[in-house]
Amino acid sequence: MSKQTAAPPSRAGAEEQSSTSVIDTPKDVDPNQLARERDEVKERQKDRFAGLNAEQLVELYRQMLLIRRFEEKSAEAYVAGKIGGFCHLYIGQEAVAVGAISAIRKDDYVFASYREHGHALAKGMSARSIMAELFGKATGCSKGKGGSMHMFDKDLGFLGGHAIVGAQIPLATGAAFASMYQGTDQVTLCFFGEAAVNQGAFHESLNMAQLWKLPCIYICENNQYGMGTSLARAMSLRDISKKGCAYEIASEFVDGMDVLAVREAVTRAVERGRKQSLPTLLEVRTYRFMGHSMSDPGNYRTRAEIEKYQERDPIKLLSTSLLEEKIVDDKALAEIDKQVREEVEDAFRFADESPLPDPEELYTDVYANPIDPSRNRTR
Amino acid sequence: MSTITIREALNQAIREELARDEKVFIMGEEVAAYDGAYKVTKGLLHDFGPTRVIDTPITELGFAGLGVGAAMVGLRPIVEFMTFNFSILATDQIVNSAAKMLYMSGGQFNIPIVFRGPGGSAFQVSSQHSQALESWYAYFPGLKVVMPSTPADAKGLLKSAIRDDDPVIFIEQERMYGNKGEVPDDPDFTIPLGVADIKREGTDVTIVARSLMVPVALKAAEQLEQQGVSCEVIDPRTIRPLDIDTIVESVKKTNRVVLAEESHPICGVNAEISMQIMERAFDYLDAPVKRVSGADVPMPYARNLENLAIPDVAKVVAAVREVAYLE
Repeated sequence: MSKQTAAPPSRAGAEEQSSTSVIDTPKDVDPNQLARERDEVKERQKDRFAGLNAEQLVELYRQMLLIRRFEEKSAEAYVAGKIGGFCHLYIGQEAVAVGAISAIRKDDYVFASYREHGHALAKGMSARSIMAELFGKATGCSKGKGGSMHMFDKDLGFLGGHAIVGAQIPLATGAAFASMYQGTDQVTLCFFGEAAVNQGAFHESLNMAQLWKLPCIYICENNQYGMGTSLARAMSLRDISKKGCAYEIASEFVDGMDVLAVREAVTRAVERGRKQSLPTLLEVRTYRFMGHSMSDPGNYRTRAEIEKYQERDPIKLLSTSLLEEKIVDDKALAEIDKQVREEVEDAFRFADESPLPDPEELYTDVYANPIDPSRNRTR
Repeated sequence: MSTITIREALNQAIREELARDEKVFIMGEEVAAYDGAYKVTKGLLHDFGPTRVIDTPITELGFAGLGVGAAMVGLRPIVEFMTFNFSILATDQIVNSAAKMLYMSGGQFNIPIVFRGPGGSAFQVSSQHSQALESWYAYFPGLKVVMPSTPADAKGLLKSAIRDDDPVIFIEQERMYGNKGEVPDDPDFTIPLGVADIKREGTDVTIVARSLMVPVALKAAEQLEQQGVSCEVIDPRTIRPLDIDTIVESVKKTNRVVLAEESHPICGVNAEISMQIMERAFDYLDAPVKRVSGADVPMPYARNLENLAIPDVAKVVAAVREVAYLE
C-alpha cells in the first residue's frame, strides 16, 4: 500500500486503510493465520529489494540489530541500577528509525521524542556516547546533563531528545524553516508518537509547514498506545494519515514493521522536500514490544496482541527475507550478531568506566554568554 | 542625539540589526503587512521583504517553537508577541525548549532568540490583557529578562539582546510606546545587558523602579525634593541577570529603600530584590524595606478601579515618607 506515489496533496494509503479497524486486539491467536499474514508481508518486502545492493540491505539489518541489542543492554543496566530516571525502550520499532534515516543525508536534521536511543544510533552517534549518557557520565553525548530523554549531537545533525509530548514538532518545523530561509536543500525528519498528534503543537506546526512550504517530514510512529491509553480511547479520527487533509499536506500510511517500506516512503517524502520544499506527513504503523518505560508492567495489553506483532518482528522479517533471497547465510548473520554484541558490550564497559561529571559542571552551559553585572559596569 | 519615542527607538534597533545580520529575522502576528499592532515594526516589510519580516497565523506555541528550532541551526529570530499576555500560550517552548536547550545538550545548542512585545498594564483592556509576567520568566535559569524604560535604553538594550547568544525576554510597556527621549544616532550604540542605571542621584532614600514605574518614581522624587527628601532612583533595566551591586551600593549610602513595581506583590521581582538587600545590606538599613506593587487582583476594566490597581506617584511618595519616618 505504501508503494503508491503520493503527489501532493494526495493522501495515498489513508483511504485504503480507513476501512480496516485501527486497533486490532485479537482474543486468541490462530498460528496459521499469523503465519499467512507474516508471509504476505515478507513477500511484499522482497519485492522492495530491487534498487538496493547486498551491502545496503545488510547494513539496514545491522543497524536494527544494533538498536535491539543496545536496548536489551539498556534494560539490563537499568535493572542493575546503572541507569536512573525514565528509560523508554525502542524494541519493536527499529525499522522506523533505521528505514527513515537511511533515506537522508548526513547534513539533514533529525528531531525525536524521549524514546530516541534508536534514532540517535541510526543517525550515526556511537553506542558509547549514548550508553555513557544513560549512565550519567561526563563522556555522554550531552555530558551527562540530558540523560535518556535528551540525546544531542550537533555535528551529526541529531537535534534531540525532547521530553514534552509533541514539543519537538514546532522545533523541527523551525529547522526546516531555516533550510528554506537559507535556500539549502536540507530536509528535517521529525519523529513523534501517535499520542503527540492530539497536542496543539502538531496542528500548529503542520499548518505553518504547508503554508510556508517547509521541507519537514513528520513521521508519526503509531505504536498504538500513549503510555497505557490505547488510541481507541484517545483519538476520534484514528487514521492519522488522514489528518494531513486538514492542512493539505501530502500524507501516506506506511507499514512500520518493514524497514524497506519505511525507507521507500521517506525517500519519496525527501524528494518532495528537497525539490519542491514541501512537507509530508507519514503515519508509520508500528508496535513496541516492551512497556512504555522500564517501570511499566503493561497490564493494558493482552499477551495475544503482543504475540501477533512479535510474529512480524521487523528484524526477523528482514533476516528471513535476506536468507530466502540468498543475500546472506546463517553464518553471516551470526557474525553480524557477534559484532553487534561486542559493540554493545564495549559501550557498556566504556560507560561503566567513564568518570562522573565534574561537580563544577553543575553551573556550566546555563548561558552561552554568561553575564557578570559587576564586570559590565563602567561607572 | 535625536529625540524620538520608545516605539521609534525599538523600530530603529530592529531595522539596524536586520540590516547588520542576514541571520536576523522578525516574525509575529501582524508584524509585516499591518506594520505591527503597535507599529513597532512599521515599514520593515517594505524595506526588508517578506522573507525577513513574517506575518504568522495566531499560533503562539507554534511560532515560538519554530523560532527556537530555527535558532538551533544558526538563525537569530526576533519573535514578537502582540502582547506578552499571549506568550502564556507559548511558555512550554520558551521555558522547556529555549531556556534549557543549552544545558540539557551539554553545551551544544545555544538559542540566540529574542521574544519581545508589550507587557504590563494597557488602557482599560481588563484582566487578560493587562498583566506583568517578568517574574515568571525571571524565575528560569537559561533566560535573560530585559525591561527598558526610556527610548535610549529601549534601543541600546534591544540591539544587545538581538546580538546576544542566549534567549532574551524583552518586555516593553504598552503605555510607554509614545514616551519621548534622546537617543544617540551612532548605529553601533548599544547598552550591555545586566547593568542597572541610576536615573536620578540622591542621598536620603533609594527607589528601585523598572519599566512603567521609572517615570512614576522620577515624578515622586521631584515632589519629594520639594519636601526636603533627596531620592536616588535606580532602574535595574535587566531583571535577570540582576545588577544587585548597584542597588546595594545605593542602599549603603541612603540606608532606606522603596521598591516600586506594576506587578502583583506575591512572588514578584521585588520580593527577590528585597531578599537580596537583606542578605547583603541588612546592617545598613535604617528602616524596613518597603514595597509598592500593583493590587493583588486581576486587572479591572472600570477606569477608577484600574487607576487604583496601578501604583501612582502619590503611593510612591507615601512609601518614601514612611521609610524616612516622616509620617
